[in-house]
Amino acid sequence: MFRPATLFTIFSFQLWLCSFVHGEDAEMAVFFETKIRPVLVAECYECHSSSAKSVKGGLLIDTRDGIRRGGESGHGVVPGQPADSLILEAMRHDGLEMPPEKKLDAKVVADFRKWILAGAYDPRDGKSDLVRETVDLQKAREFWSFKAAKSVEVPAVNQHQWGKTAIDQFILSRLEAKGLRPAGDAGPQALVRRIFFDLVGLPPSVQDVQSFVTASRLNEDVAIDELVSQLLETPQFGERWGRHWLDVVRYAESTGMERNGTFTSAWRYRDYVIDAFNRGLPYDQFIREQIAGDLLDASSSDERTRMLTATGMLAIGPKSLNETNKEKFLMDVVDEQIDVVSRAFLGVTASCARCHDHKFDPIPQSEYYALAGIFTSTRTHYGTAKANGNRNPGQLISIDGGDVSLVAVSGGSNGKNEVKRIRNQLKKLTRKLAANKKQLAAAKNAKAREQAQVQVRDTEDSLKRFRNRLRQVEQNAETGSSDATLVMGLGESNKPANTRLRIRGEPNDYGVVVPRGFLTIGSETEHPVLQHGGSGRRELADWIARAENPLTARVAVNRIWQHLLGRGIVATVDNFGANGGRPSHPLLLDHLATEFVASGWSIKQLIRQIMVSRVYRLAAKVDGTTELAACVAADPDNELFWRMNQRRLEGEAIRDAMLSVSGELDLQPRKASPVVGLGEGLIGQTVKVDTLQTDDRMRSVYLPILRGAVPEMLSLFDFPEPSIVGGKRNVTTVPTQALFMMNSPAVLELSRRFAARLLASGGMDPAARVALGYRIALARDPTPDEVKRVVTFMVDARETLRQVEKLDREETQLAVWAGFCQSLLGSSEFRYLN
Amino acid sequence: MLSRRKALVASGCGFGYLAFSALATEASERGQQNPLVQRKPHFPAAAKRVIFLCMRGGPSHVDTFDYKPQLDKFDGKAPGAAATGLNVQKGRKLKKSPWKFQQHGESGLPISSLYPHLSRHADDLCLLNGSYTDIPNHPQALVQLHTGSFQFVRPSVGAWVLYGLGTDNQDLPGFITIKPPARLGGAQNYGSGFLPAVYQGTPISDIRSSSPIANVRNPNVSKLMQRKQLDLLQAMNRDSAERNPLNSELEGVIESYELGYRMQSAVPEVLDLASESAKTLSSYGIGNAKSDEFGRQCLMARRFAEAGVRFIELTHEGWDQHNNLSAKLSSNCEATDLPIAGLIGDLKQRDMLKDTLVIWSGEFGRTPAVRRSDGRDHNATGYTVWMCGAGVKGGIRYGATDDFGIAAVEDRMHVHDLHATTLHLLGLDHTKLTYRYAGRDFRLTDVYGRVASEIIASTNNG
Repeated sequence: MFRPATLFTIFSFQLWLCSFVHGEDAEMAVFFETKIRPVLVAECYECHSSSAKSVKGGLLIDTRDGIRRGGESGHGVVPGQPADSLILEAMRHDGLEMPPEKKLDAKVVADFRKWILAGAYDPRDGKSDLVRETVDLQKAREFWSFKAAKSVEVPAVNQHQWGKTAIDQFILSRLEAKGLRPAGDAGPQALVRRIFFDLVGLPPSVQDVQSFVTASRLNEDVAIDELVSQLLETPQFGERWGRHWLDVVRYAESTGMERNGTFTSAWRYRDYVIDAFNRGLPYDQFIREQIAGDLLDASSSDERTRMLTATGMLAIGPKSLNETNKEKFLMDVVDEQIDVVSRAFLGVTASCARCHDHKFDPIPQSEYYALAGIFTSTRTHYGTAKANGNRNPGQLISIDGGDVSLVAVSGGSNGKNEVKRIRNQLKKLTRKLAANKKQLAAAKNAKAREQAQVQVRDTEDSLKRFRNRLRQVEQNAETGSSDATLVMGLGESNKPANTRLRIRGEPNDYGVVVPRGFLTIGSETEHPVLQHGGSGRRELADWIARAENPLTARVAVNRIWQHLLGRGIVATVDNFGANGGRPSHPLLLDHLATEFVASGWSIKQLIRQIMVSRVYRLAAKVDGTTELAACVAADPDNELFWRMNQRRLEGEAIRDAMLSVSGELDLQPRKASPVVGLGEGLIGQTVKVDTLQTDDRMRSVYLPILRGAVPEMLSLFDFPEPSIVGGKRNVTTVPTQALFMMNSPAVLELSRRFAARLLASGGMDPAARVALGYRIALARDPTPDEVKRVVTFMVDARETLRQVEKLDREETQLAVWAGFCQSLLGSSEFRYLN
Repeated sequence: MLSRRKALVASGCGFGYLAFSALATEASERGQQNPLVQRKPHFPAAAKRVIFLCMRGGPSHVDTFDYKPQLDKFDGKAPGAAATGLNVQKGRKLKKSPWKFQQHGESGLPISSLYPHLSRHADDLCLLNGSYTDIPNHPQALVQLHTGSFQFVRPSVGAWVLYGLGTDNQDLPGFITIKPPARLGGAQNYGSGFLPAVYQGTPISDIRSSSPIANVRNPNVSKLMQRKQLDLLQAMNRDSAERNPLNSELEGVIESYELGYRMQSAVPEVLDLASESAKTLSSYGIGNAKSDEFGRQCLMARRFAEAGVRFIELTHEGWDQHNNLSAKLSSNCEATDLPIAGLIGDLKQRDMLKDTLVIWSGEFGRTPAVRRSDGRDHNATGYTVWMCGAGVKGGIRYGATDDFGIAAVEDRMHVHDLHATTLHLLGLDHTKLTYRYAGRDFRLTDVYGRVASEIIASTNNG
């Protein structure tokens, strides 16, 4: 409360004001008008009022609403709470410093403190209408990636004969401008291996290599074109390229985070992605289906199922199941959805604007909440059951013919584990009840009898509860066995509505209502808002999938380029913002993007376009000629693509290749996932990862991907953290990889199988067998020296095994050849593409 | 990287094969820059490594390291006006500690009778009595203790330290975690998040296994045969590296096999306690049924520390005493008191305490005001963490809770501050140890964190 003494000094003002306000309010009004408002006007309005030329820190303090709401850093004034009122901190230059370069008198600060303590009386009505800084579209468009892509003229080059496609002209013209010449072409053996791994993630067979080498002797262009066409139409293409996309959308089969509940239906989304690549789904449609597949018109029930499954993309994200604050849980899910949509499709980090305007890119906080309103108007169905530790259960979408409904999931594998658990509990309780009754019978006095009665009653209650629960779970297990397809995905909320901006991103700290809409960057108009009803997801998908969106096509073609050339034209594939990389070949990027859109967003066509180019054919290994030394000197990191980057294969491709060369790979696509067998539940609590049944021979793309429990082989070779968008994989080389290749039971077994395969090829001398091993594993013939080296090893090893380790003849034979095969599998040549 | 490019540009063009070879050599030297190689800290500091003793479940601070005489006085009463503004649920009554506190050492640090052995080292302990965290739930709090964030998947503190400093012994993993919990964040607690996978912790789940670290033992082949085989493989790898001198990673592959080969002997050697004297074993409580298990872990921690491992974490589970406080808390302390005291004593004796930072912490503490007569619930608003060793002032209490131990009120230390201080003690500035991910430089401490410079000994140059 105010001490009157301080106020009586300004009594003349008080008298005047008293004519229309009374009592305590009057005192406060006086105080505000004499001690507070003048300071605000004089010291703060220049930067923090609606008349300011440029509003700083998103803070407007010329209304009560504005000063209380505050800016990017938090609330300016919290009535009664000086400690939480940032304006004081700023005036004291304690952390924040305001006004800058001028520390206000301590007495002024003390006045503000008093004012806040007394409730911060403030007559300045009116809404603070501005919501943070707005984006100037013209200014934003000055940045390269926010400008529309234009079709560009193919540049002229001096060496006309070199290029095969327009891509080559773009690359060559830059090299020529620097006085550089590209490296020579890769040999046909290296090339066929490269094409196979790039398109299907598998090594070519000995026969495949032979045919390609023969064909390319006749005409290399035709040979490449035919091989590419053929592989693009195999089911393995989608398995390979689908996995690239699964990296981007952080695909996983559990919630991760502190409780880690399993997603037993996530695999349907995985299969959707593989199928989308195989069926050649146009990329713009791919976008629409994943964001708003539930809102698109379907021509058949199969199509309806497919498109609903597509929306799984936005349901498979990590979730904090144990979160107690419902609003926070919701806003975290929404944030995760905004993050993956904005980075996967647009290459911008919109989720950076959750708490404040984006620090680097022109994305104001208000536009984040324009997007957030779309997702708060959306229901996310991720299918985890309510349990101890799961305070945020989710349903699944059930599709049964034409019927689409929502179903709750039951814990345990089809509820079986749960049934078992409850049965056990019932047995225990029955025993307990018997003991309680015995006690009751034996009770000697009234007090003991009463106690025993209470216990009997408690136990009976528990029994009843568990019997009910059993009935429920058994029922659920039954309905679960129907023919309905269960998928994760999205639906519309009953009442789509705009959401409020959250101050500093705090879920329960509400600011103004922001109309739903999209980002200014990527639009033709400033602050595009939603035109129709509904959540707005459909419109969001259309807005992203427009040919005119300057980001969408560029981001997509850059991802594809990266997978084929080893580095994106923009190296930071998930970030096209100010903090991302700049394109090494901006014109080429625009050329590819416009061609991509013109082709009807055909991914296969784009891949083919790149693979038939001369650039794709260049050697990765370079010899020491003078010309190339100039390239090494001028461009050591190969930013100009004067040669092919030597690329390490992903863990999946290394594993699949090991299975393939040892004759063990089963190419049959897997339906469902081992996680289904694990059942719904919390990992480490109700389900145990070590009971996960995996089939060791299936392709890696079908391995179970649980957050925090990625299969060993994949995680050792830099599998991306499946909780975060990861369009670009790390390449690390560490001893644990070596230990895996040296000692893991899986590699030891495959080496023996590979050896048995070699030994089974009849009528060969050892040298020919060694050569066959090289051809199978590395797609090339060994040099005579290499053969000699292997033979020498075998003689030596044979002696050691026979003499020292006393193995019999047959065992020795297999062990020696397995040793050679293991060396092939472990060699750096096996895991790199030349 | 930049200097290399500059050098290349500066060397100009128009040179022949010789220059090319020189460039190639340079490129391959870059390849040998193993991401785990030892790196200089931002500034000189005492601590070279960390042993983190994680007491999973939330040990009760008012029964161990936070002496609250007022609790005795108000035993059985509601906290009343004295606790205004503090987070106490209605109907709860204060409960005094069933254990007696006594002053120990020259410093007179009060420690409860639950830790008779650790009390011998009172003058080395720095009790952070004003610790607090955000969420009083195990999963969130445990993940936040390890990564700073319970909201997003972020690298573990051990991964950050390894990223910042590399490791001294390339034959061993640089970040080892013994018996980490499988749930409550599981691998996220020792994961590398967006940092390269090479920085993640290596778990040892079974300390008695013959292959405690995955694939460290070959089940089929003798050492002799393995070496012969490896020689063949390495000859192939050298060919590859020579054929493409521009790809420095190929040299890295060769190196990785040699390291892996050495790791096969180095890991079992460290884990083999046979060379330790009977006196050492008993000083860790090994051989005593109650303390044997954690004693072994503590001794392994010392052996890993001695061998040059950068960050070692041990977990002891089961500190969640909603019930049975008197029995369970004593048995937990019996299981860990002698082992921890043995560890500190052993480090001291080997002159390793001066550069080893020992941290003891749960994910939160427990409530002084209770619902049940023999149990305490979760308390995130105030608890105790302690540090000991390298660069830390010993024999002090830093920070304080209110009279009852409900909330941290003085020199409060959030998990972010704990992380900032830990990094500082290792010579790392928590605002400068950053990693660029998704277009932004990320830190362990996000935008928070204050170094508690008050607890840093003057001998620490940082």
